[in-house]
Amino acid sequence: MQNSGIRKPGCLLGAAAFAMLMAGSALAATPKDTLVVVWAFDDTITMDPAESFEISAGEFMGNSYDRLLRYDVNDPSKLLPDLAKSWTVSPDGKTFTFELREGAKFASGNPVTSEDVAFSLQRAVTLDKTPAFILTQFGLTKDNVKDKVKATGPLTVTLETDKSYAPSFVLNCMTANVAAILDKKLVMSKEQNGDLGYAWLKTNYAGSGPLKIREWRANEILAMERNDNYYGEKSKLARVIYRHVKEAATQRLLLEKGDADIARNLTPQDLDALKANKDIKETGTPKGTVYYISLNQKNPNLAKPEVREAMKWLVDYDAIGDTLIKNIGIVHQNFLPVGLLGASTEKPFKLDVDKAKGLLAKAGLPNGFKVTMDVRTVQPVQGIAEAVQQTAKRAGIDIEIIPGDGKQTLTKYRARTHDMYIGQWGADYWDPHTNADTFARNPDNSDDAKSKPLAWRNAWAIPELTKKADAAALERDTEKRKGMYTEMQAEFRQTSPFVLIYQMNEVAAYRANVENLKIGPTSDATYMFKVTKQ
Amino acid sequence: MTIAEQTRGGGRRSARLLRGADTVGRFLLVIFLTYLGLLAVTFFIGRVIPIDPVLAVVGDRAPEHVIQRVREEMGLNKPLWEQFFIYCRKVLQGDFGTSVLTSNPVMQDIRRAFPATIELATLGTIMGAGLGVPLGVWAAVRRGGVADQLVRVMGLIGYSVPIFWLGLMGLLVFYARLGWVGGPGRIDVAYEYSLTPVTGFMLLDTAIAGEWEAFGNAFSHLILPASLLGYFSLAYISRMTRSFMLNELNQEYVIAARAKGLTETRIIWRHALRNAMVPLVTVIALSYAGLLEGSVLTETVFAWPGLGLYITNSLQNADMNAVLGGTIVVGSIFIGLNLLSDILYRLLDPRTKTR
Repeated sequence: MQNSGIRKPGCLLGAAAFAMLMAGSALAATPKDTLVVVWAFDDTITMDPAESFEISAGEFMGNSYDRLLRYDVNDPSKLLPDLAKSWTVSPDGKTFTFELREGAKFASGNPVTSEDVAFSLQRAVTLDKTPAFILTQFGLTKDNVKDKVKATGPLTVTLETDKSYAPSFVLNCMTANVAAILDKKLVMSKEQNGDLGYAWLKTNYAGSGPLKIREWRANEILAMERNDNYYGEKSKLARVIYRHVKEAATQRLLLEKGDADIARNLTPQDLDALKANKDIKETGTPKGTVYYISLNQKNPNLAKPEVREAMKWLVDYDAIGDTLIKNIGIVHQNFLPVGLLGASTEKPFKLDVDKAKGLLAKAGLPNGFKVTMDVRTVQPVQGIAEAVQQTAKRAGIDIEIIPGDGKQTLTKYRARTHDMYIGQWGADYWDPHTNADTFARNPDNSDDAKSKPLAWRNAWAIPELTKKADAAALERDTEKRKGMYTEMQAEFRQTSPFVLIYQMNEVAAYRANVENLKIGPTSDATYMFKVTKQ
Repeated sequence: MTIAEQTRGGGRRSARLLRGADTVGRFLLVIFLTYLGLLAVTFFIGRVIPIDPVLAVVGDRAPEHVIQRVREEMGLNKPLWEQFFIYCRKVLQGDFGTSVLTSNPVMQDIRRAFPATIELATLGTIMGAGLGVPLGVWAAVRRGGVADQLVRVMGLIGYSVPIFWLGLMGLLVFYARLGWVGGPGRIDVAYEYSLTPVTGFMLLDTAIAGEWEAFGNAFSHLILPASLLGYFSLAYISRMTRSFMLNELNQEYVIAARAKGLTETRIIWRHALRNAMVPLVTVIALSYAGLLEGSVLTETVFAWPGLGLYITNSLQNADMNAVLGGTIVVGSIFIGLNLLSDILYRLLDPRTKTR
């Protein structure tokens, strides 16, 4: 998923003055039963789980909508029942049967039935919005979904896939937001012109989760309330209110002053400074998001294997880890983020200018070359780009940084007209195939290809690796599957045009009276309904 | 009265009517062309910026067929002139389209964002003009003196200190340290849901509901960012006042008034300022219009959901319906305030009445 970066032109000035001024200030406080979260959530564009695919919206959906299963936040490789109390896979691996929990109700009071489950999955496939691919990759289409996803009893639902995929792959995808269960009766009562309630649900709510969405005002506020109809343990908090605050320094002020309970977009400097404040605590979790620099293979210099490798030796990982991404990331050199099945923690690369120079000489470029890099003007991306610019210069590679807004650099990247690009990629669902699918698969490298994964965007033609990635998605023996990913990552480290730099560590700072806050590995697993306040 | 005279008189009257209609007609034509130009420029700039508008709708992960379908749904595959024509036709029917980012009709968004900005800008301009004019007069009278230098330094600081930094410092001192004012946002969360918005103006809404505690809270949130904007417009207004006043004080009628033995106070405030007011009205109106456009940085620091943030955010996402809607509103403000200052001009300057 796309990260919404945060701008902080004033953070340094602000930080200096904070220390001077914060001491001895009077404390405001939020109501006891209300949790106030300050966060930059201007990426959210809809409240419809079938369309929503942004980081912040993921969290809102995760708190307000149930799905068939959820993964265990403490051990993401384990699946937990949610609305489905049990599930089975047929011997041929193509039919999944889910038994629903009895007595579950939507926030509206309507009972949760197999009709609702079938409707929700069918609706997501039929609407075919951005996240629908998570379901359609199993062979579901607009035309066949009514036969493939069926209510076979009042509380029984079956799902049929086109191939025999790794069961963990299919089940992992059922934890995604796009598979959230909607109140069919409510949604269909709001239908206009056969839109399956699409226009209405954009700004409304029809779920059964622990919290219900009361109001969303884009770029301003999102308010959730306890859902008293929830089947499980009810939220201790009566209200969770997210306020959109874009500026990190402002977030910190609100938190320290007590007008906010949790601040989500603090800078590494802010987090460092707050360690001295005993009223504030911090919690962090490695996320499924990796940051990388990629080299477009349409550029003849960057297409040379030696140059690809040389670039990996021209990044000062240690310095970046100690400064730019301190508190917010960990150095990581593999395309699978830690936490996903088979993720490797190998870190063979370090800054080695001589080695890089040798490789460049071998590539016939002993004096280096000139190249451009498109960079979003947000931290830490900009800082990392500048650091790499410095170290690459030492080997004679002259990188010209082209700064741009997020959507602007992305537009260029997607058209593959860049040379180098610094970006990030977050797991779309909690299965290794999500990243293998984009980093290590490129079924068609032509300009008008049907699918355009990251490998395509960098014009990296990899028929062999694509086959390996496909095979891993079908491997039903989990241990074997793990081994396949390990092997793919080893090959990828050596040959790919991707310089993997770090894995994101999301840190939230919160007031000491807040308890049980845990940032989830994916955005939809940060559960505010579990939080309590003293 | 002869028939000839009657005809002549009628002819004169209808000629005057015709001239009046001509002026109104020409005025309407100018407004129409201004809007059309405004729309065309914004529209075509919006289409040439190197951002794919589809990205804002479907995000970075959408499969290719979804991207193509959405591009068609948004009409982006049509020729540019046709897209513009369709847009204009819809606007004439009162349909400004839907914002991609907020899922709301654009005008609904603006109706929510604009009051927030108006509140800030109005209070800011009242402060800026209320203090800036007297300060400017004072500086002009004491030209070269300590007062003049003081006002100049204040103005210079207002010009050169980034509003972003000043806002943050203001928050640190008055909100965090002293606790005199409310923090970022328009009102405390505690009041957020006890209030039904009627006008969208926090101060009005709380007053209508008779919630005086909430009114006080909203005011405490408003006062700091408004003062900040007020300070910046003060810096501008006082400098302009000073130069207009200096110009007036050198005129012969001032010497004549002094020779007549009028008091200095009367000369400055009744005669010179009255004349300086004429161009000053335009300055104040334009500075007000500038603030109404929304101050992006102030709105960012104070988490103030106003028009500036809305338009900027929309532009960065190539959400063109929202940008165009915002442009029309901002354009209307400028046209409206220009018109207003024209009318005030006529009221203040007796010479324009006889013409």
